[in-house]
Amino acid sequence: MKWAALMVVLSTGGLLIFATDDFPPWRDPHSPASEHVSPRYIEKSMEETGVPNLVTAVLADYRGYDTLFETAVIFTAGIACFLLLRTYREKEKESRLYRHVHTGLIVEVEAGSRMREASEHFERADRLWAPDDLIIRTACRILIPFIQLFGLQVLANGHHTPGGGFQGGVILGASLILLALSRDLRTATRMMPERISGLLSASGVLVYAGIGTVCVLLGHSFLDYAALAPILFVDPVQARNLGILGVEIGVAMAVMATMIVIYGNVASAGYYDEGL
Amino acid sequence: MIWSLDLAVLTLVVGCGIAAIMVKDLLCAAILFGAYSFMMCLLWAIMGAVDVAFTEASVGAGVSTVFFVAAVFRTTRRTKD
Repeated sequence: MKWAALMVVLSTGGLLIFATDDFPPWRDPHSPASEHVSPRYIEKSMEETGVPNLVTAVLADYRGYDTLFETAVIFTAGIACFLLLRTYREKEKESRLYRHVHTGLIVEVEAGSRMREASEHFERADRLWAPDDLIIRTACRILIPFIQLFGLQVLANGHHTPGGGFQGGVILGASLILLALSRDLRTATRMMPERISGLLSASGVLVYAGIGTVCVLLGHSFLDYAALAPILFVDPVQARNLGILGVEIGVAMAVMATMIVIYGNVASAGYYDEGL
Repeated sequence: MIWSLDLAVLTLVVGCGIAAIMVKDLLCAAILFGAYSFMMCLLWAIMGAVDVAFTEASVGAGVSTVFFVAAVFRTTRRTKD
């Protein structure tokens, strides 16, 4: 059986490699892909949208539908993780661990007995994985603001440099995941409550689709940002430029929040109390 | 394009890919998959697709590896049944 599977895989792979022989050579200016629509984008995108980064112009403007549904796919992945994993059932009562902040001693509090959640001297510790490393914690605390700034820079500079909403959103989400990794999930959830990340991931898609709908209401086709010129008081090229920025922000919001939702649900198996 | 660099990265991509499905330990597989993603990112950058390389680095090598590790963390070393 194993050999049969290996044969199938090898023959499929061999066929695929054999088929690459029919591809046009790499960087061939006369390949079908380069001759059909590419010249239009390369020659006209700067004067039509005012965006120097061709990839951003194609992704957010000429191929706006693709990016809208990509964002919807990310959102759906977040929803699926939430629906499959999130549980509001009460966990069986089990003893809790608290760490004495000044000495690092771990104290176990029996199930049912009362202990304040956060005090000056004690902080909650995870049962499964509770190392407390000062170096990691401090290094991450210093790093996280810079990572978030970098994420915002990638988002805002998508017009000029590689990057944009998707990458910026992932970097912003990763900064909060790093916080959850270096401290614990509760700290990250305090910074970004579950409700807010859920709301942000939905409203990111809403921002994208809303900008498209506004274009329809103003009498143009869906996601034709030139329609926004009268309400933004700019010329149509500038309006397309700003429209791209708007949808990039929507994408970043949706992606950032979805990453946090997925991580929180996967790491805590849906309970949102103790995680990696 | 420097052909020796290209060859080295391609070899590492194939090596990481095969190793990721061959190892028994799930955490090892997750980390190897992250390494595979990073090598793919280098490959995209070599081919001049910087935007794709950026996405691969942030999503493939960064966040998805963390998701895998988080999911592995929720498994047990031996199956219960």
